[in-house]
Amino acid sequence: MSEPRPHVEVRDLTMAFGSHVVQQGIRFQIRRGEIFVIMGDSGCGKSTLMRHMIGLNRPAAGEVFYEGEPLWEGDEDARALFMDRFGVLYQNAALWSSMTLEENVSLPLAERKRLGRAEASEVARLKLALVGLAGFEGHYPAEISGGMRKRAGLARAMALDPEILYFDEPSAGLDPLSSRRLDDLILELRDSSGTTIVLVTHELPSIFELGDNAVFLDAERKTMIAQGRPEELKHCDEPKVRAFMERGRL
Amino acid sequence: MSASTATTNVAGLEVSREAWGVRVRLSGRWTLSAGLPSTDAVARELEAAPPGTRLVFETVGLEAWDSALVSFVFSTAGMAAARGASVDASALPDGARRLLALSLAVPARVLPKAPKDDALTARVGEVALRAFRTAGDALDFLGETVVALGALLRGRARFRRVDLMHALESAGVGALGIVALINLLIGAVLAFVGAVQLQQFGASIYVANLVAIGITRELGALMTGIVMAGRTGASFAAVLGTMTVNEEVDALRTMGLKPVEFLVLPRVLATSLMLPALVAYADVLGVLGGTFVGVALLDLGAVEYLRATQSSLELRHVVIGLVKSVAFGVVVALTGCYYGVRCGRSAAAVGEATTRAVVMGIVFVVVVDAVFTVLLHLVHL
Repeated sequence: MSEPRPHVEVRDLTMAFGSHVVQQGIRFQIRRGEIFVIMGDSGCGKSTLMRHMIGLNRPAAGEVFYEGEPLWEGDEDARALFMDRFGVLYQNAALWSSMTLEENVSLPLAERKRLGRAEASEVARLKLALVGLAGFEGHYPAEISGGMRKRAGLARAMALDPEILYFDEPSAGLDPLSSRRLDDLILELRDSSGTTIVLVTHELPSIFELGDNAVFLDAERKTMIAQGRPEELKHCDEPKVRAFMERGRL
Repeated sequence: MSASTATTNVAGLEVSREAWGVRVRLSGRWTLSAGLPSTDAVARELEAAPPGTRLVFETVGLEAWDSALVSFVFSTAGMAAARGASVDASALPDGARRLLALSLAVPARVLPKAPKDDALTARVGEVALRAFRTAGDALDFLGETVVALGALLRGRARFRRVDLMHALESAGVGALGIVALINLLIGAVLAFVGAVQLQQFGASIYVANLVAIGITRELGALMTGIVMAGRTGASFAAVLGTMTVNEEVDALRTMGLKPVEFLVLPRVLATSLMLPALVAYADVLGVLGGTFVGVALLDLGAVEYLRATQSSLELRHVVIGLVKSVAFGVVVALTGCYYGVRCGRSAAAVGEATTRAVVMGIVFVVVVDAVFTVLLHLVHL
């Protein structure tokens, strides 16, 4: 029996700013419903890779495929259709500060799904309840804590029922309890809705708790140097990856 | 038993009242793309059912579902809970049940809102109190700036010379283009308006007097002050506001540096030093604008026009304009810096601070100009 087509495939990707190459030769596949971790040392280009995968940065070479369809082949309108398929939680949540939490979540529903105001608001309330923010619909981002902002950002990322959720450093700036709660929530969302999840992080507890598969980017060699299950990477041939996974010294 | 049915071409909904409670049958495609059926039918049946009833969801031929289904069940379950009814969602697909359980896991927080008095008197009082507090805070800020200025005079103020240089460049050279354009046009407009009127009395040559005195004593400084409020004052508010949002101002405080000395002082110094230079430049260009119109429209020779300008212009008019410009510079810089440093903590707050800095900067420039006019009149200058 043939292998099912990967949900996401990154093929021979080179990321560069002008003549400065950030990473090259990146290739991996993500299966549907998998939690995939992009990790590496600081400044290696993890978030940049995510931006290439979600259509914000154009690759210098290579391509990103969603169920076999190339992301970068079409024009901007074609890419906008791809973008309906994924939701993104940015590092600082990136909530629109002039809107309430409910308006933050309603906006994509009204604009992309053409839902009426009442309908969009109804779904927004559900999404906020899913992340434990029922009752905070009328609050502005500035009125809630950092952890709550992250969860509200997640509610907005889930607004359109995306097939794939991207998380950029979801635990950054959170205390261990909030971080753990967010990890549980990510796991529960994957299990209940079957969403594929791509996680950019260097938080070891989250990597081991959540990751089904992972790729390790190296800032010095400017390419990926390991790929596999997080537990397996603890014993891989690359000393740097082993040290990273064990929080040891090189 | 009563029943109501609402069926779209994609999502099917059938609500019926039974002896034991309300039955909700869901069928077809429940997806966001198709829109959400209204919860009114369920609300009506729940309303009519006795308290302590049951709300039971059933699925018959449910082809597809997403958040539309969960959202509908979540909303109606909330209505049922409000009426003390129990909810049975066991017939829903497994994923939907898990999402519903997750959404109900954290009970909604009821957050008390401060009661808001909408009466006219309350609103007027609120505005007055806010204005009073802002005035007090602005006086504090002014006091801090004066103290910082004292420290500067004693040679104890701490700021980076390079910041002063940047501010000088931004408030001076950077504004040359816009100041030139505005004042050239103002001089031309003034001459044009004067020419139309004075020609009727055969006093065309007095256009030169009007432009020379009007520009040097009043309009050159005033227009430059207004341009600087919109340009430099806004820029100060935006930069300092962003620094406040990014906690850069707090970082200065925790390192023992006074934000007023470090950030405000160089900007106030630069603007108040550069404004007189800009106004002198504006005066020349304003007179030049008037000369173009005078020569083109009134058949006056350029030499004749400039000679009339020279004979009408007394040093005191130029000096008055330059003195005013120093005051305008201080007002514009202080307003921009005040709203920047007192900015809130969000991106929207930076926009608000910038808008206020521009509006209040222009208001203060005009108010200061009016005060000067009255005072100068009183001392016969």
